[in-house]
Amino acid sequence: MTNRLLNAENLRAAYRTPDGKQVFAVDDISVYINEGEVLGVAGESGSGKSTLGAILSLTTRPPLYVESGTLEIDGKRQELGERSKIPRTWRGSVVSLLPQGAMNSISPTQRVRDLVFDVMRAHDRSIKRDEALDRARDRLKSLDLPVRVLDSYPHQLSGGMKQRTVTIISTLLNPRLLIADEPTSALDVSSQKALIDMLLQMLEQKIMSGVVFITHDLPVLRTVSDRIAIMYAGKIVEVGDAEEITERPRHPYAAALLSAVLVPEPRYREMRVFGIPGSPPNLLNPPSGCRFHPRCGVSYPECETEAPPHVGDELRFSKCFWAKKHPGESVPLKAVTSDRLEEADPIGHDPRPAESEQHDDMDGPAPAGRAEGREVSTGGVSA
Amino acid sequence: MKSINLTPRFWFAAVLVLLTLFIGLIGPFIVRTDPDTVIGGLYDRPSGSLPLLLGTDNEGQSVLANLVYGTRTSLLVGLVAGLIASAIGLVLGLIAGYQGGWLDDVISGLTNVALAIPSIVLVILLGIALNDRSSLALAFIIGITSWPWMARAVRAQSTSIRAREHIDVARLSGASWASILTRDVLPYLLSYVVMAFVLQVSGAILAEAALSLLGLGPSGTTSLGVMLYWALQWGSIRTGAIWAFLPPTVMLTLIAFSLLLLQSSLDEVFNPRLRRGKLAKRKTKGGQALPGPVATQAPTPIGTSGIADNPVPASTGGTR
Amino acid sequence: MSDDVLVATGVSKTFGHGKNAVEAVKDVSFALAENEVVTVVGESGSGKSTLARMVLGLMPITSGTLTFRGNDVSKMNARGRTEYWKDVQAVFQDPFSAFNQFFTVRRLLARSSRLLDDKVGAERLEEALGHVGFPNPADVLDRFPHELSGGQRQRVMIARALMMRPKLLVADEATSMLDASLRVNVLNVLTDLRKELGMTVLFITHDIGQACYVADRVLVMENGVMVEQGRAEDVIFNPQHEYTRRLLADVPKLHESMNDDSPSRAAASPVPAAPAGASPAGAHVEF
Repeated sequence: MTNRLLNAENLRAAYRTPDGKQVFAVDDISVYINEGEVLGVAGESGSGKSTLGAILSLTTRPPLYVESGTLEIDGKRQELGERSKIPRTWRGSVVSLLPQGAMNSISPTQRVRDLVFDVMRAHDRSIKRDEALDRARDRLKSLDLPVRVLDSYPHQLSGGMKQRTVTIISTLLNPRLLIADEPTSALDVSSQKALIDMLLQMLEQKIMSGVVFITHDLPVLRTVSDRIAIMYAGKIVEVGDAEEITERPRHPYAAALLSAVLVPEPRYREMRVFGIPGSPPNLLNPPSGCRFHPRCGVSYPECETEAPPHVGDELRFSKCFWAKKHPGESVPLKAVTSDRLEEADPIGHDPRPAESEQHDDMDGPAPAGRAEGREVSTGGVSA
Repeated sequence: MKSINLTPRFWFAAVLVLLTLFIGLIGPFIVRTDPDTVIGGLYDRPSGSLPLLLGTDNEGQSVLANLVYGTRTSLLVGLVAGLIASAIGLVLGLIAGYQGGWLDDVISGLTNVALAIPSIVLVILLGIALNDRSSLALAFIIGITSWPWMARAVRAQSTSIRAREHIDVARLSGASWASILTRDVLPYLLSYVVMAFVLQVSGAILAEAALSLLGLGPSGTTSLGVMLYWALQWGSIRTGAIWAFLPPTVMLTLIAFSLLLLQSSLDEVFNPRLRRGKLAKRKTKGGQALPGPVATQAPTPIGTSGIADNPVPASTGGTR
Repeated sequence: MSDDVLVATGVSKTFGHGKNAVEAVKDVSFALAENEVVTVVGESGSGKSTLARMVLGLMPITSGTLTFRGNDVSKMNARGRTEYWKDVQAVFQDPFSAFNQFFTVRRLLARSSRLLDDKVGAERLEEALGHVGFPNPADVLDRFPHELSGGQRQRVMIARALMMRPKLLVADEATSMLDASLRVNVLNVLTDLRKELGMTVLFITHDIGQACYVADRVLVMENGVMVEQGRAEDVIFNPQHEYTRRLLADVPKLHESMNDDSPSRAAASPVPAAPAGASPAGAHVEF
């Protein structure tokens, strides 16, 4: 039996609004990861996936507060909550976060080697510069990357190279678990592939023992993950093997979401794809029972009143009444998707809070095309 | 428009500014003495009664009365000059930045020339030419010599807003040039312009003080600068009559300080990213930062009008 | 051919001078037919957005010609552009920055209304909002952009473009910032409307999946050069140029069923009457 790398149970975290309310971006989530596994976490805007990443990597900051939960990595257990004290050494060496947009927040006036030294020194005051750089050099070599990267300034590196560099730097301390938040969104397709290959290579070399890969891009997850978790409105609605989930999703939302993904495959030229009616709920006051029920075309009366049942085991499950009543069946897509734009994102009668009010991080499609789209506003050409 | 969270620093600055306004506008009604009336001997020490609270100056006039009337004049000059300079600078900067091309070249050239001319020379010449030494004339002169700074600053902002997508959309929608400038560019500049205006007023007040100190101030009225002029001329420092020069100095400092504080607090209000501590966690009620000018730096005065030395406001965070 | 909506011949764009000159677009030629959906696919730095802005008349062309319905639009004066923009419109990528935050939806759309006469303006407004899923305009007209979700804002921007009933709609990464569940519906609307409104759509994207779904023809750009163009099936499933091949190989797949016997490789693909253009019908050209 493979060892459990991560047991994270009953995680609950909320954003506290200035007027004292709590918005639970992650509401009672349990996540399990085995040694050597890549867990993909997918979700759209407001799903809470970035918040989950922050919790797991112990990097939550006000106004986000972890209210409760336990984190067990490699047998070391840690209670989470307002009063808990996280051992300083955990962050970076037990679990490390590769934040969204990391490659763009490197100081442009520093060479990469200075950044490496700063990062290592922040964790270990006594480390010498040579030691730190040697380590970085060895790491680069083992991953077939040019050592000259260390002497470069960020602007001299391409987007893909920058992201790989930042990935390496965030794993220099050999964390047991790496949380990567949208690492591929701003990259072009070839750089994405290079980064994914590198991550898998790192796993093989046991630089880290597990990866949580957070993104909205399902085809990327299919390529890189062993298992995929689909999040919706602060909850995990389905987890399963990458292939299982992609081909045979059991939760209506997961099924609808997957059916809406467009990939360059022949069948997509023949068919008409539909979207999901409704819009993600306001987490200030989430729907009762199953959070997806207002948008679900196969819901039952109990979906509105009771929490949906857990169908499956710890590592592979879906939380759905329909799934429970129809084991092994495919979700009827016609019932859960809609072709009508007015249903897709209806105007409510109260003005929606702009997404950023609910959470600091950028859940949802990080502007994948942003780098491309911003080519020539002022007459320059972007790299 | 979304509602704005006002910071403690803003309230403090606002209180100070209101205080100076109170002194300048309401003060004269409280201190009923005419500043030109002789009420005592030369450089009498401060004593009990209201008119003599701050003693007398070199002509035996009430320092307190001169102070409040002088504050009023200084504030008025500052305001009028600030308005004139801001209006000219705003229009020129807006057009130059948006239009680009030869029009921008012409306006920028004009601005550079105007900046290069030592304004004190201009002021003297204009003063002679206008043959009018009233405070309003002085305000006018200061106004039309200090617009280059504003024009430069607004032009930079205007150029970067020009590159934004909503301008493209406006053009595609068939909006006229004037409509785009007033509806699509100006509102995005406004917060910046307000802050720059505050600086402009502050600069103008100090410019007037400096001019008056040199003897080029308004005749017929008193102002803070004029008070200082006379205090210097009549050797009040030498003779130890500190009550003659200290009050106007303090008043000028207070005005300049409060305006600069107001400006930097407005910067925090408009750009939530710059807030510190607990305030940094709050967002504007609408959920997003207010549409800010691209450079989130506060406008920094660069030797306004070349005469007065303006302190550069404490760094406000700089780049994102 | 004469019934092409837009013909580009040798279009180039260079920024800067001398040593600092940057060629963003190099000698690009293509043609767009009526009711066609043509996708320009490229990654960052490919020049696709620069090309879009030139087609829109928002940026001057350094060299080459652009012809719209037979008229030369390579160099337009202000009046020419105003006329052009009655027939050519755009939707941009970022619904937040493209929307003046001080405007209500009503004010944004009023500008376009003013270009048409009153009654027509009001009708078109309602019609356009209806197309993008706002059957009841009153719901949305008085809202500010910060009161709308990103998807709703983008739909309003599309309505703005549709109000003029343009002959050519340029969508520059118009769906890139939308959630997957909404994106598909928007793409459906755009492709449905081309028949209803007799509209050609020039769709710019980096996402080949979207290109595969909507495009009749695909134009591939790399570093300012159009390396390949042709029918979508041909370019996507049988790429000739090395760059296109690499691009498609690197795209992550969802269902790994890239078998040769998958359907739709046969001739029965719904391509409208032979798209007139640089390529003879059926074949595709590599540049």
